[in-house]
Amino acid sequence: MRTADAFNNKKAFISFITCGDPNLETTEELLLAMEKGGVDLIELGIPFSDPTAEGPVIQGANIRALSTGVTTDKIFDMVRRVRPKLTVPLVFMTYANVVFSYGIERFVKTSAEVGMNGIILPDVPFEEKAEFSEICDKCGIDFISLIAPTSEDRISNIAKDAKGFIYLVSSLGVTGMRSTITTDIGAIVEKIRENTDIPVAVGFGISTPEQAANISKKCDGIIIGSAIVRIIAEHGENSVPYVFDFVKSVKEAILNT
Amino acid sequence: MSNGKFGIHGGQYIPETLMNAVIELEEAYNHYKDDPEFNRELTQLFNEYAGRPSLLYYAEKMTKDLSGAKIYLKREDLNHTGSHKINNVLGQALLAKKMGKTRVIAETGAGQHGVATATAAALFGLECEVFMGEEDTKRQALNVYKMRLLGAKVNAVKTGTATLKDAVSEAMREWTSRISDTHYVLGSVMGPHPFPTIVRDFQAVISKEIKEQCLEKEGKLPDAVLACVGGGSNAIGAFYNFINDEGVRLIGCEAAGRGIDTFETAATMATGKLGIFHGMKSYFCQDEYGQIAPVYSISAGLDYPGVGPEHAYLRDIGRAEYVPITDDEAVNAFEYLSRTEGIIPAIESSHAVAHAIKLAPTMDKEQIMVINISGRGDKDCAAIARYRGEDISE
Repeated sequence: MRTADAFNNKKAFISFITCGDPNLETTEELLLAMEKGGVDLIELGIPFSDPTAEGPVIQGANIRALSTGVTTDKIFDMVRRVRPKLTVPLVFMTYANVVFSYGIERFVKTSAEVGMNGIILPDVPFEEKAEFSEICDKCGIDFISLIAPTSEDRISNIAKDAKGFIYLVSSLGVTGMRSTITTDIGAIVEKIRENTDIPVAVGFGISTPEQAANISKKCDGIIIGSAIVRIIAEHGENSVPYVFDFVKSVKEAILNT
Repeated sequence: MSNGKFGIHGGQYIPETLMNAVIELEEAYNHYKDDPEFNRELTQLFNEYAGRPSLLYYAEKMTKDLSGAKIYLKREDLNHTGSHKINNVLGQALLAKKMGKTRVIAETGAGQHGVATATAAALFGLECEVFMGEEDTKRQALNVYKMRLLGAKVNAVKTGTATLKDAVSEAMREWTSRISDTHYVLGSVMGPHPFPTIVRDFQAVISKEIKEQCLEKEGKLPDAVLACVGGGSNAIGAFYNFINDEGVRLIGCEAAGRGIDTFETAATMATGKLGIFHGMKSYFCQDEYGQIAPVYSISAGLDYPGVGPEHAYLRDIGRAEYVPITDDEAVNAFEYLSRTEGIIPAIESSHAVAHAIKLAPTMDKEQIMVINISGRGDKDCAAIARYRGEDISE
């Protein structure tokens, strides 16, 4: 299985949750519920003490998860348990130091062994990625590249070297829900297309089924994080049915466009 | 491409959103750093506004009292705004102005860098927003007032440990959301390339002056230069022009807090390990899973879990030494210098004074030691009084 499978013949819906928020048992249930609700790929956040690319909602999830004693090893164990029950591709989303301190090779090999398909590190740009991506390439893990509204002349280099799918950051700033997205997504996607055929998924700021449907017309998939994490923050261990209903509504909105 | 490595340290570990901003900054800096007009303006600001060159003062009483090395104090505390921070800020504000930026943001720990940035913003007519850990806004309330007086907006950062590292994180987040008109005036030799190089170059005036002044007064170079290290800007400034002078010992004094065998410490060199955070690869205080440790020091300016990449490199190659100094030792040194020389040093700089008190007696009378007094201690008086059990109102 590869991350690109999520985009086969459809607009992909990618969801994000932070592992261990509110606890790892609930994370397992949430993964199953999200797949059932129609999600095509799941980003599993490994919490970091200082998540500099996150807005307040996901920062809160990181703090809650770490306060329960979640560690990288416990998350690997959780994935090992739940992976056989899931059919969608899974990618880790965390920060460089979490991977670096574990040992990059050890982290990537363990990720592959437990059945992960990709890794997203928002604080590792094109210039610094070789240290991480070379081992990923060897282990069959897609090292996902990000492109931002400010990338401009950097787009071609990033796109040509990208694996799996491209994570297009919709807006300036950090993760979190936005009422409007003003970036010309279509123009950036077009520029990416000039350089690569791999799918483009848009994330940052998408929070409603309507936004998801609208943005998905301009790209190959959409990513929702903060809107789901907010539901988990509100309902905690009881959040599973609420998250299921939400992802189902997003999936239907995308299908109906 | 070169991305600012010091040995294995440094680099540019930042979100893609910021990459073109740091590339633009690097290009602008490379253009202006050798520009005669830029340097003329900066030198004029240093001399006419900041009060440079700062004095190299012979601490005769301290020298006699410790009866070892001949001790000189580099008086960065006498600069406008009361610390070395103004050197970097004037350079970066001038650069921001040349780049057409109309707004500056900054992080601050003790408030010295925030005050310096607010000062330069007032002078240059730039909008200014400073991010400061909520805990630090309480420890350094006077500096918060000064920044507001100077026209800056102060944002109290409540996330994480609500100290310097969280202020840096929040300033980075803010920069990510507003780039086109905004320059991030990073206050130390840390963060992504080109900041460690830019800040070092603007602070290098300290060692340039020490060298000239020491040669003039003593006819030779110092045997040891001591400076406190948080991120490490005053230390790299005091070290830089001596790096190729192998005979000059370079000693960085970091904050051990309640001791390096406790969890309440900020001594990165003594207790940290290699990691990647705040845009750079360097040493960081962290747990076995790479979670950044909540650090502690009585000094808000040294209360940071990392250290600048060039210091990490200087330690790797054995060119500089780094020693931990506890709160107790720093407070004793704060009182010692006040009593002995009539100079109240910042609690940050007191860490360097504390090591000098230990080291000077082991050196010969012919040897020369320079201590960088990076800032003045007025801001710390209330906190030190509290440390001694005396509650005074500011």
